[in-house]
Amino acid sequence: MLINPSSPRLDDGWLERNIVDPSLKSQQPIVLETQQLHVYYGDNEAIHEGDLKFPEHQISALIGPSGSGKSTYLRSLNRMNDGIARVSGEILYRGVDVNRPEIDVYEMRRRIGMVFQRPNPFSKSIYDNITFALKRRGVTDKKELDEVVETSLKQAAIWDEVKDKLTKSALALSGGQQQRLCIARAIAVKPDILLLDEPASALDPVSTSKLEETLLKLKEDYTIIIVTHNMQQAARISDYTAFFNMGRALEYDETSQIFTSPKVQLTNDYVAGDFG
Amino acid sequence: MNSKVSNQIAIATLYVIASTIVVILAALLGYIIISGLPALSWHFLTSPAKAFTAGGGIGIQLFNSFYLLILTMIISFPIALGAGIYLNEYAKQNWLTSLVRTAIEILSSLPSVVVGLFGFLVFVVQFGFGFSILSGAFALTFFNLPLLTRSIEEALAAVPDEQREGGLALGLSKWETVLHIIVPAALPTILTGVILSAGRIFGEAAALIFTAGQSAPALNFTDWNPFNISSPLNPMRPAETLAVHIWKINSEGIMPDAKAISSGASAVLVISVLGFNLLARFVGHRLFKRLTAG
Ligand SMILES: Nc1ncnc2c1ncn2[C@@H]1O[C@H](COP(=O)(O)OP(=O)(O)O)[C@@H](O)[C@H]1O
Ligand SMILES: [Mg+2]
Repeated sequence: MLINPSSPRLDDGWLERNIVDPSLKSQQPIVLETQQLHVYYGDNEAIHEGDLKFPEHQISALIGPSGSGKSTYLRSLNRMNDGIARVSGEILYRGVDVNRPEIDVYEMRRRIGMVFQRPNPFSKSIYDNITFALKRRGVTDKKELDEVVETSLKQAAIWDEVKDKLTKSALALSGGQQQRLCIARAIAVKPDILLLDEPASALDPVSTSKLEETLLKLKEDYTIIIVTHNMQQAARISDYTAFFNMGRALEYDETSQIFTSPKVQLTNDYVAGDFG
Repeated sequence: MNSKVSNQIAIATLYVIASTIVVILAALLGYIIISGLPALSWHFLTSPAKAFTAGGGIGIQLFNSFYLLILTMIISFPIALGAGIYLNEYAKQNWLTSLVRTAIEILSSLPSVVVGLFGFLVFVVQFGFGFSILSGAFALTFFNLPLLTRSIEEALAAVPDEQREGGLALGLSKWETVLHIIVPAALPTILTGVILSAGRIFGEAAALIFTAGQSAPALNFTDWNPFNISSPLNPMRPAETLAVHIWKINSEGIMPDAKAISSGASAVLVISVLGFNLLARFVGHRLFKRLTAG
């Protein structure tokens, strides 16, 4: 870690951790929260403590150096790490622990959707990419399916680009279009929360800003948690930001707080670009 | 000698070796096809063989080869697909899995004569299927299963994990994801593997001599009831295939035009196998384009 000459020293009142409770600051109810969360890969503990609360219809960003556990944390939220990692502690989705044995993991994942770092459209047509999961869930009415296709593609801001080639293969789209298609696919099953793991890292700047616009619109209907290594991106689109370092959420606050007056020195060093 | 010179010598040597192989292969194929061409005619391809007189054809053998191929595929493809899916998608890395993998490896390196004798003892004698298409199809299944399983497993392994996660993240079960996302994505590669193995089956003789038998009784091509003895579809009849026919003519053929018939049949066999290979490339390529391009 480099020394930042302009930053105050430790004895200047830095905190070791600063995790705020958004329910004290905003009107929105909390949809998802973790308590005393620990995640282990074998004997290796990747998340030591993550006590965060995510308010409804807000964008929360997870930032931090690579390897700090952001993906591990995110993937635990909808149990994508089942069979890979072991979890202790609680993950409460609207008050219910998602790891309880009686939880229907498929229904839970439908409500907590996920978009990945690399766009992963299925090798099917654009139309089938969107309707596939619905059909598996027993929706057969053509009119209803058509409607879902149109609304989810519109919500993901890609309708105009693909409306004339819905039967064409999704793999023929550009990377940015594929990623927005993946978002449309995720919202087609009417989730409550969207988890995104560095969704723009494989995209060019134009596609990235389109994606960001899309997310800003989507937050009216969905609660969004996004991992990003791009701090400008976090600053541009998120309402809350959590800073992860070495498996710990060190600071969590309103995004403007994190970027203008963080209370933890490591956060300050990180957002100032001194390490990471 | 400096490294530049030795590099050039190495490249030249590799070129020589590679072109020797190509020349030998081309000469072989050319010889077989050219010496067989004069015998080829519609009559030759469609009429039954004659044992003692000239002018026989390979019609029945050709039909037998295709029928046996289709039957073998019907039996072995579902098994290979299931095994491939299990090994690539579900199997944990433990002793059972490595036992299965080792068994597959051993099975794939068995000489086909051994597979044929095994088929003879088990299906022909023990199960009482006699020399029949069914015995032959089971023997060929043993012959085909290891490589087909392996190629399906590899085709599935080539599908990126992001596809699996994509399915799970939509709330689909693992089985739904495998069946409806992973297998379709691997389909072009799987089909290529199937067609290539079809070529191997089509040319196989040793595994069939003692299972499907060496006789080709006359068939009534107007009778498609599989329970009638002269029906082409009857799976319990003995059925000499094209490859076995070639072997038999060359070892004990007494018809006056044995040489011409053997050359003609060889040309047909080689052309068919070549055809399977070209088809594999074509189908794989086309499907891949269909699935990826707009
Ligand atoms: N599948 C895995 N198996 C074992 N260790 C893993 C796995 N995925 C991540 N890790 C480890 O967990 C830690 C956190 O990684 P990750 O959550 O991917 O960080 P980030 O997303 O912040 O870059 C790292 O030390 C990484 O090596
Ligand atoms: Mg990550």
